[in-house]
Amino acid sequence: MRRWIWLSVVAAFAIAYPLLLSSPFQQRLGALVLLYAIAASAWNIVGGYAGQVSVGHVVFFGCGAYAAMGSYAKFGLSPLFGIPSGIVIAVGLAAIVGVPTLRLSGHYFSMATIAVAETMRLIVTNTDWLGAAVGLSGPTVPRNIFDLSFLSSLPYYYLFLLVLVITLFITWWMTNSRMGFYLRAIKDSERAARSLGAPASRTKLYAYMLSAALTSVSGALYAMMFGFVDPESGLGILISVKILIMAALGGAGLLFGPLVGAAILVPLEEISNSWLGGKGAGLTFVVYGAIIVLIARFQPGGLLSLFTQRRKSKSDTGAGHAP
Amino acid sequence: MSFVLVQVIVGGLLLGAVYALFSSGLTLVWGMMNIVNFAHGDFVMLGMYVAYVVYTLMGGGPLLGAPLATLVLATVGVVVYFALIRDIMKGPMLAQILGTFGLALLLRYSVFWWFGANFLSMPPDIVGGTYAFAGLRIEASRLLAGVVALLVTLGLHLLLTRTSLGSKMLAVAEDQTAAQLMGIRPDTMQAIAWAIAAGATGLAGALIANFFYIVPTVGETLGIVAFVTVSLGGFGSVPGALVAGLLIGVIESLSGYLIGAIYKDIVVYVLFLLFLWFRPQGLMGKI
Repeated sequence: MRRWIWLSVVAAFAIAYPLLLSSPFQQRLGALVLLYAIAASAWNIVGGYAGQVSVGHVVFFGCGAYAAMGSYAKFGLSPLFGIPSGIVIAVGLAAIVGVPTLRLSGHYFSMATIAVAETMRLIVTNTDWLGAAVGLSGPTVPRNIFDLSFLSSLPYYYLFLLVLVITLFITWWMTNSRMGFYLRAIKDSERAARSLGAPASRTKLYAYMLSAALTSVSGALYAMMFGFVDPESGLGILISVKILIMAALGGAGLLFGPLVGAAILVPLEEISNSWLGGKGAGLTFVVYGAIIVLIARFQPGGLLSLFTQRRKSKSDTGAGHAP
Repeated sequence: MSFVLVQVIVGGLLLGAVYALFSSGLTLVWGMMNIVNFAHGDFVMLGMYVAYVVYTLMGGGPLLGAPLATLVLATVGVVVYFALIRDIMKGPMLAQILGTFGLALLLRYSVFWWFGANFLSMPPDIVGGTYAFAGLRIEASRLLAGVVALLVTLGLHLLLTRTSLGSKMLAVAEDQTAAQLMGIRPDTMQAIAWAIAAGATGLAGALIANFFYIVPTVGETLGIVAFVTVSLGGFGSVPGALVAGLLIGVIESLSGYLIGAIYKDIVVYVLFLLFLWFRPQGLMGKI
C-alpha cells in the first residue's frame, strides 16, 4: 500500500513538473532527466538484472540516433521512422555481438563492448554517407508535426515521460516473468542455474537484445530533441559511461534506480556546465569518476539499495527466524 | 621486400616492445588477482605526463624522466591497491568494473582539467638524432624505447620465474590461504604486484612520450591495446604478452602503411574481437 502511495506521488510530480517549474531551462532539464532515465533503465536490463556490464551501450544509442537523423537526411522521412529501423539495427547488432561474447566471463564482455563501440565510432567517423565527422542534421524547419521538431522542451518532456513509463513497465513485466526468474538465478550463480536447466546463454542474449532495442529508442529521441547527431554525441564512449553511472548510482538491478541516478546526475552536470562554462566539461567527468569509485568502494548496490537493505533487515527480524 | 616495408616492420617491433612492457603489467594483476584494471591505459598516460612535466619544469630528458615516472606510478599503484582494489576485489563484478573504470575517468579528466585537451609533444631531438644503418633510418627515441622495454619485460619475466619474490607472488596467485600458512602475506605480495604493474606502465609511458602525441585521452587507445595484447597472449603470461605485443606493433604499423593511418586502430580492435570470439584463451594460454 505504501508503495502505491509513493508511486502516485512521484507520478503526479512527474506530470506536473513542467507546469510548476516552467522556465525553458527547467523544462529542458526535466526532459533531459527523463531521456537519460530511459537510456539508463534500458542499460539496467542487461547491466543490472542480467549482471553483464556493457560499457559500450552507446553503440545502440548511436543506432537509434543515426537511424532517426538518417531517415530524414537520406530519405526525407520523418525522424520517427528512426525508432523502428533503429530497433531492428540495434537488435541485429546485439545478436552479432552477444552470441559469441555472452558465453565469456564478465570482464571479457565489458571489454568486447568497448571495442565494438570504438570500432563503430571510427567506422562512422570515416564514412561519408553517414556524414563522417560532421554528422547528420534533422529538419531545420519542421514540415509537419511528425518531424517532431519543437522549439519548446515541453512536448519532448511528455513524449519522454511516456517512453520512460513504457520502458519501466517492460522492465517490471520482465522481472516478474519467467525470464526475470532465470536472470536472477543466473546472476546469483550461473553454473547452478545452468545445472537446474535455466537456458543461461539464451536468457542473457534476450536481455541484451531487449536492452539494445530500448537504448536505441532513447538514442532516436535524443537526436530528435537536439536535431543532429555526430560521432561524439552519438557514439562517444562517454555517453555509455554516463548511462552506466546513472544506473549504478541509483541502484543497478532496481526498477527505479536509473531514474534516481538520472535525477541526481543530470542536474549536477547541467549546473556545473552552466557555472563553469567550457572548463566544466573536464571537471564534470572528474566528479563522475570520483562518484563511481566511491559507489564501487562503499555502496556497490547503489543509493536505493540503502532503503531495500533496511527494509529487508526489518522484515527479517519481524519474521523472527534466524538466518 | 622493399626497404620501406622493412622500415615499417622494424618500427612496429620497436613500438610493440613498449606495448609488451605495459601489457605485462596488466597481465600480471589479471593473472594474479583475477581483476581487470580498466585504468591501465590511463596509468601509461600518467607516465607520459610525468615525463613531460620533468622535461618542461627541469629540462630533464628520459634519463631523469623514465626512473621518476616509474617511481611515481609504482607509488600510485600501491595507493590504488590499498585504497580501492583490496576492497572491491571481494565485491561483486559490477563493483570491480565500476571501480577501476571510475578511476580511469578520474585520472583522465583530472589531467584534462589541468593540462587541457591540447596535443603536447616533446622536442624531436630529446634523445638524439636519427640513426641510419643498412639503409634503415631509425629515430634514437624509438630505438631507446624499444630496447629498454624489451629488456625490462624480459627482466620482469625472470623476476617472476627465477626469484623467491616471484615464487611468493605465484603462491599467492595459486592459493591465498595456503600461501598465508607458509608465512607469505598476500596483502604485501599483491601490493608489490600492483607496484610492479603500475611501475611498468610509468616506464612505458615515459619511453613513448619521447615520440608519441601526449593527450589526456591517449590512455583509452593504449588501454584497448593492452587488452588486445593480454587476450592475445593469454592472461597471466608475460612471455605471451611479449610475443603478442610485438605482433600487434607490427600489425598496427603494417595496416597503417598498407591501408591508411586512420584504419590502424580499427584493424587492432577487430582483431581483438575476433580473438575474443574464437580463441579467448589467447595464443599461448589455456583455460
